[in-house]
Amino acid sequence: MQYLPLFMAVPLLVAFAIPLFSRLNRWLADILGNLTTLYLLAAAIGLYFIRPFNNMIVYRMGGWGPPFGINLVLDGLSHFLLLTVCLIAFMATLYSIAYMRQYTAKGKYYSLFLLMLAGMNGVVLTGDLFNLYVFLEIAAVASYALVAFGTEAEELEASFKYLVMGAVASAFILVGIGIIYSLTGTLNMADAARLLSGGSGTIKMFVAALFIMGFGLKAALVPFHAWLPDAHPSAPAPISAMLSGVLIKALGVYALIRVFFNVIGLTPQLSYIFMVLGAASMLVGVLLAIGQWDFKRLLAYHSISQIGYVILGIGLATPLGVMGGIFHLFNHALFKSLLFLNAGAVEYTIGTRQLQEMGGLSRKMPVTSATSLVASMSIAGIPPFNGFWSKLFIIIACIQAGRPWFALAAVIGSLLTLASFLKVQKYAFFERLKPKFENIKEAPLVMGVSMVLLALLCLGAGLAFPYVLRFLVNPAVIAVANGLGYSRMILGGF
Amino acid sequence: MVYFLSFILLLIGLYCIVVKKNLLKIIVGLVIVEYAVNLFLVVIGYRSGGHAPIINLSAPEWLYVDPLPQALVLTSIVIGLAVLTMVVAIAIRIYERYGTFDITEIRRLKG
Repeated sequence: MQYLPLFMAVPLLVAFAIPLFSRLNRWLADILGNLTTLYLLAAAIGLYFIRPFNNMIVYRMGGWGPPFGINLVLDGLSHFLLLTVCLIAFMATLYSIAYMRQYTAKGKYYSLFLLMLAGMNGVVLTGDLFNLYVFLEIAAVASYALVAFGTEAEELEASFKYLVMGAVASAFILVGIGIIYSLTGTLNMADAARLLSGGSGTIKMFVAALFIMGFGLKAALVPFHAWLPDAHPSAPAPISAMLSGVLIKALGVYALIRVFFNVIGLTPQLSYIFMVLGAASMLVGVLLAIGQWDFKRLLAYHSISQIGYVILGIGLATPLGVMGGIFHLFNHALFKSLLFLNAGAVEYTIGTRQLQEMGGLSRKMPVTSATSLVASMSIAGIPPFNGFWSKLFIIIACIQAGRPWFALAAVIGSLLTLASFLKVQKYAFFERLKPKFENIKEAPLVMGVSMVLLALLCLGAGLAFPYVLRFLVNPAVIAVANGLGYSRMILGGF
Repeated sequence: MVYFLSFILLLIGLYCIVVKKNLLKIIVGLVIVEYAVNLFLVVIGYRSGGHAPIINLSAPEWLYVDPLPQALVLTSIVIGLAVLTMVVAIAIRIYERYGTFDITEIRRLKG
């Protein structure tokens, strides 16, 4: 299938073309960036009509078959992540048209944005371990630069912290890949899975520890989360939405799922480790979030907590748990990026992120206020919004799997989330309007459009959740549940 | 044995990153970690008595080292360069803003 490399090639090409041509016309960077993400979104949707249902597309680079060449694999899980990444990327670029006017160097911004996008698309599509590392580094280096994009003191400090921790995590991942190579003599995920399935347990556990540390840091699971609350709020709002919405999922959660379910094989001990890490992230994240007064920092702590839900659901390794986890991943991408865009719209209008300095904005900014209410109810798990269903699935799956304490932790996390978003709504959008905000206006139109679209998607995914589950989530669950059968499907076709 | 050397190097680098208070020393720690990983990858591909991996048809009994890890190390060095450039650039900008490389004085973010 010759379409797959385009998901990396097109954004890479445009990323390097934009700085060359962006001086010709001040709208050129906007147009090129938005057209690229729109094209990628359309292509990701279009592939649903081409990919055989519950089957996979394998692209062999240079015509070399799986054990020798690099291959790109589009199965249910990759496709699901690809669609999520491209969807959020399109919303973020749409929003950037107006938002990034505050910054200089729009061309460089779109260039870095598209590099990050190419890296994420590559991570979710590749079927090769070293290629995964290379794309992960492309996305990570671009995101280090984007966190520091404003070059204010705090942003540079956050970026340095993120960079040092991210580089150490990447080094651990590379050591893990090296050990897998020395064990099996192959870097192809499918081939490595086949050869590892009979291998010794101890060394596999060592590799598992390296990968949990490396990918866990990229996913900001709790003992490795310290960089996230600094890095995510420091970036410009559309980048915060990308980082929290999809980067930690593509680089962290997706890579964990792919490596542990399809390559190393999930043992009960590993599954328990995931559940504990997930529950810890869930509770620690939300407890730290509740005391925050910086709008974006509060949202960043909630990202840690919500990723905990995803990892808990996936760690259960029951079909319902995995379904809940993957559905929650999609929902979190929608509502968390929407919330970051809301925070950006507020900051754009009144110039502050401190909740105490806001108040009564719902009268002046009806679109931002209404969409943030939708997103808050989604993240807090109020029916019929999408967050309710995925959290419900995860809690039911915990009880079914005989783990009531994890279910209790999930319920407590959800209640605390509700409390902290009540605080956000109360301080930012309700209460009395402060006199100094009498003259503010609603955020520009394109920002409003992308926020409304995301809010409609949140509501739509909540109301039509059986269809979302059937067409988007279930193929991904089947790919995960296939486990080590992944390697048979790829190598069998060879 | 060389495996142990690469792991000792990795630990030295990590120690440097975790303990040192100066941004530049942290960057040096990062570089040491990177080199340790590169050394590890090269050692994986090494066969004792092996030749460079270019097939010599007149000597069929030759043993060759594994060329794949060498290709990986080349890529990894390039990636390491990109990361190093980025981190040095950020450190320079931090120095412009804070006037110091001491991380105990660079802490405006908290909570």
